[in-house]
Parts: sequence; C-alpha cells; structure tokens
Amino acid sequence: MGLKSFLKKTLVSKELDEKLDKIEKPVGSLGYDPWGFNKDTSKIVFSMFGSIYNKYFRVQANGVDNVPAKGPVLLIGNHSGQLPIDGMLVAYAVANRDKSPRYPRAMIERFFPTVPFLGNFLNELGAVLGDPTNCARMLENDEAVIVFPEGIRGSGKLYKDRYQLQRFGSGFVHLAMKHNTPIVPVGVVGCEETIPAIANIKPLATLLGVPYIPVALPVVLPAKVILNFGKPIYFENEDLSEEQITRRVEKVKNSINGLIAKGLEERQGIFE
Amino acid sequence: MTATPTPNQKKQRSPKKTVLVTGAAGALSQQVINRLRGKYQIVAVDFRELTFLSDDIPSYKIDFTKRVFEDLFKTYAFDSVIHLGRISSSEETRLRRYNANVLGTQKLLDLSHKYGINNVIVLSTYHVYGASAYNPALIDETAPLKAAELTMDLVDSVELENLANIYLWRYPDLNITILRPCNIVGPGVKNTMSRLLSHNYSPALMGFSPIMQFIHIDDMADAIELAHKKCKRGVYNVAPNDWISYQEALDQCECTAIPIPSIPPSVPKMITRLISLKMFPSYLVNYFKYPVVINGKAFEEKFGFKPRRPLKEIFRYYREVKD
Repeated sequence: MGLKSFLKKTLVSKELDEKLDKIEKPVGSLGYDPWGFNKDTSKIVFSMFGSIYNKYFRVQANGVDNVPAKGPVLLIGNHSGQLPIDGMLVAYAVANRDKSPRYPRAMIERFFPTVPFLGNFLNELGAVLGDPTNCARMLENDEAVIVFPEGIRGSGKLYKDRYQLQRFGSGFVHLAMKHNTPIVPVGVVGCEETIPAIANIKPLATLLGVPYIPVALPVVLPAKVILNFGKPIYFENEDLSEEQITRRVEKVKNSINGLIAKGLEERQGIFE
Repeated sequence: MTATPTPNQKKQRSPKKTVLVTGAAGALSQQVINRLRGKYQIVAVDFRELTFLSDDIPSYKIDFTKRVFEDLFKTYAFDSVIHLGRISSSEETRLRRYNANVLGTQKLLDLSHKYGINNVIVLSTYHVYGASAYNPALIDETAPLKAAELTMDLVDSVELENLANIYLWRYPDLNITILRPCNIVGPGVKNTMSRLLSHNYSPALMGFSPIMQFIHIDDMADAIELAHKKCKRGVYNVAPNDWISYQEALDQCECTAIPIPSIPPSVPKMITRLISLKMFPSYLVNYFKYPVVINGKAFEEKFGFKPRRPLKEIFRYYREVKD
C-alpha cells in the first residue's frame, strides 16, 4: 500500500469520503485532472484541514451561500499573509458548506510552480497557475475560481500596510465579462496577522528567484480569521476601453474594502 | 530486403496504393505497417538501420539527404508518405539528428511534392511546446513552440515542425498532417520515457512531479492509420483524456524514484550532464519538472479518434516486464 492510500485509509472517514465524492470533479482514471488536481490528496488534506480551519484559525465564514451552487464563478479577494493560507481557507469554506458544496480552484502566483514540493502539493489540492488561459478553461468547465488580483503585491506586503488594498490587475474583469461569470467579492480579515512581516530581504529573494523573503517569526500565528462573502456582481459583456474596465475593477475593489471593514468591525481581537 | 533501390527498372505500379513508411526500424512504424499491409503496398525505409519486415515489403536503409533517396520515388509510384523516421532527442548526436530530422525531412517533402504525392503524415512530438513553469494546461495546437529557447538539443524537433508547417501551407496539395503525440509508451518503444518506466530505479527531480500524458503504442498506431485514411491536413495534438503525475506513474510501474536535487535550478542539469544517463538526458530535465499537458480534442473530433488502452494497462505492461 502506497503512502497516499495509507493516509487516505487512516485519515479520511467513510462519511467524508462519500461527502466529497458528491462534489462533481471530472478526473481521469487514476484520479488526476489536467491541472494536477488529485482527488485522494485533496480528501486527505481536507480531513486534516478541518482542525486548522475550525480550531487553529477559528474561521467565521459569513455569506458563503452567496457563491452560486453551480456554473462558473470568480471569487475575488484581498491577498495577505506571505503564504497562500487565505486561498485555502476560502476554498475550504466553500467546499465545506452544507448547501451545494464546491471545490473551488485557486489561481496561484507564477513562482509557485518553481518551488519544490509546494508547487505540486498546491496543484494536487486544485490550485492552478494564474494564467488567463487556465482561468478561461476553468470557467468554461463551470468551475468556481479563486483569484487574488493583487498577486504578490498583496501577499508579500508588510504588516504596516495591512488591510490596504494594493493595485488590482484587470484580467479577472475581462474574463468575467467574456465568460458571462458572476464575481463574488470576498473580504479576508485575520490572515494579515498570521505571518506579520516587518521587512523584505530583496537581494536574497532575487538570488533565490522568489518574489520576497519576509523578515518574520518562523511560525504561523493563530489569528482569528473572518471571511465575508459579498453578493455576486454581474458585468455585461460590452466592448469597453481599459479606462472603463478599470472602473469595473474599482467597483469590485470597493466592495472588498467594505467587506474587510465589516470583518474588522466584527472582530473582537486579533486572537479572540 | 533491399539495400538500395533500382531506379533503372520500370516504375512499379502496384494494383494497391503504395505507401512509403519511414523509420522502419522503430516499433511504431512496424505497428503502422502491420495495420496497412493488407490494404496497401508498403515500402519501408530507415535512416539508421536495415530492417527485414517480410518478403512482400521492400525495406531500405537510406540517408534521406543523399541523391539515392530519390531513386525510391522513381522506382515506386508512391501515393502517400508516412514519415515516422524522426530521430528522437535521446538518439544520435545533435548534428546527425539535425541532418536526419530537418534536412532529411526537407528532402522528403520536396520529393513528395515533385512526385505528386497528396497524403503526407509527419510525426512530431509534444516536446516542441517546451517545458516551462508558465505553461497552461491543455495546450492546443496554436500555442507557440518554445522548446528551442530552452535547449539547443530540441532545435531539430522545432525546425522539423516549422518546415512541415511551411510545406503544409505552401503546397496544400501535399495534404500534410502533422501529429504531435504525448509520451508514446508500450511494448517495443525505446524512447526516454519508456526506458524510465522499464527500469527498477529511475531518476526524478526532488519535489517535482509534473502531470504527464501517455499514449499506448497501439493507440498511436491506430491514430496514424486514421490520419492516413482520412487525410485531413493540419496540425494535431494526439493525447488521451487521462493524466497522472510522473512520480505516481513510476510508482504504478513499480519503479523506485531516485531523487535528484532540484534547487538551485542549475543543479539537476549539472548532475544529469555529469552522470550522462541516456535515459535521463540533461536537456529533457525541464520535462520532469514542469508539465506539458496537451489538448487532443481537435484530433479526436476531426478524426473520430478514441484511445482504447487505459493508463492501467500501460502500467501493467511495465510491471510485467520487470518480473
């Protein structure tokens, strides 16, 4: 018996196995899809991630049912926390909801595929290289896709810049319009405090070919995380100038800012 | 079995249509020949070695770049050409590969045009897309061919494609069909991937296990037969709708992965260059690091192709050869 089979047998209960099998995900004969998603790996991680989600980060997910039950959808959120923990928490919230759970696919930064172990691991969980072609194919396949349009500008920012949205790329609006896809804004509160960084060692990052090397504690702090899912935003597929597209991007950004403010108000304390 | 053609004899017109199949020494060519031999008169040729196939199949060893190659066209009235004689990147030197794959193919296409052939199949490879960290999945035929920017060792594969593409549009009457298959594996296949799956121990880059596609040699031979029969010119990926990670594939074949340090990025290339393993050439290292997943939908739809041998059957074969 291989390690994966052993872990699955040990960690994944029959109920969870059946529950996750009900979520439709087209895979090949050995459980992989073309982007590297693997059913067994995702089940194993899902079974372990429950404790991290519920006990370590004590995640409070509000409005998760705003994510449509089926069809293509873009979940657009603020990015923070050096590691892609926010994406995993958003994905878990949608996959674990009672009504019509879905496995969302997270678009990840371009440097992840170059990182040994982590790149493949994220792929097996359903994460996909943040490339417009990949995203378009996901939407054509009626997937729920998580995008952080700030990219590394958001995840690599310092603690002093927390909850200040960085520049958003506009690709997600183009894709939403082209594929007639609703956008569900997500405000993530708490991940900024999981790995607070005070500086970025740029020369070392350049040397190692990674976007940033944060000066931070070598632990992930158990900050309480609040996820606020907003109402879907629909954009007509029209022939617009980039300036008009930017206005649509700003609309989504404002919506996320509102959801972040709501989350900060709801939060009793960073670790409470 | 014949070493050289006899151009002085009267052009042979067989009651059956005549097909020139190149790469006769390879397992894939032999599979294709077996599928066609009842319906067509086959003439086999190989750049590398003389292969005896059967009494009714003339077989030649000829360098395509030499003048004697034209004598074949003078001797036989070919109706179609199936060019499978591409020397893969793990064989021969870079210069010999370039001569055979690029200059040889150019000669073949020129002669095909000169002698009025109107059905040409050219076997390429998915390697032409290049293995990059930024590859999207399900690459279709319109994607740029980036292999040459990664390594000079794959230049001949890309050049062969470019050449075939130029002829495809310049001489539409040739009806060139270019096939870009994923990893061809199975009995008799001696390419890099088949060697890796056959061994008890095979190298793998530490922390990297890209998604791969495999097509059984029998399915690939079916695909070539179909392409030849239907004659719809164009460029097509050929791959089943099934995927697996490289290390999982090794596992399925009961092959133990020997980890090769993968960072910094220059280390695996340096190590593979030092140990100079034929089954794991340094210029293919990126294909064991980043996925090159192709989309075979266009070929499936246009030719009605459906692979019949599942991954499990492929891996069972490699398990059995180890016993």
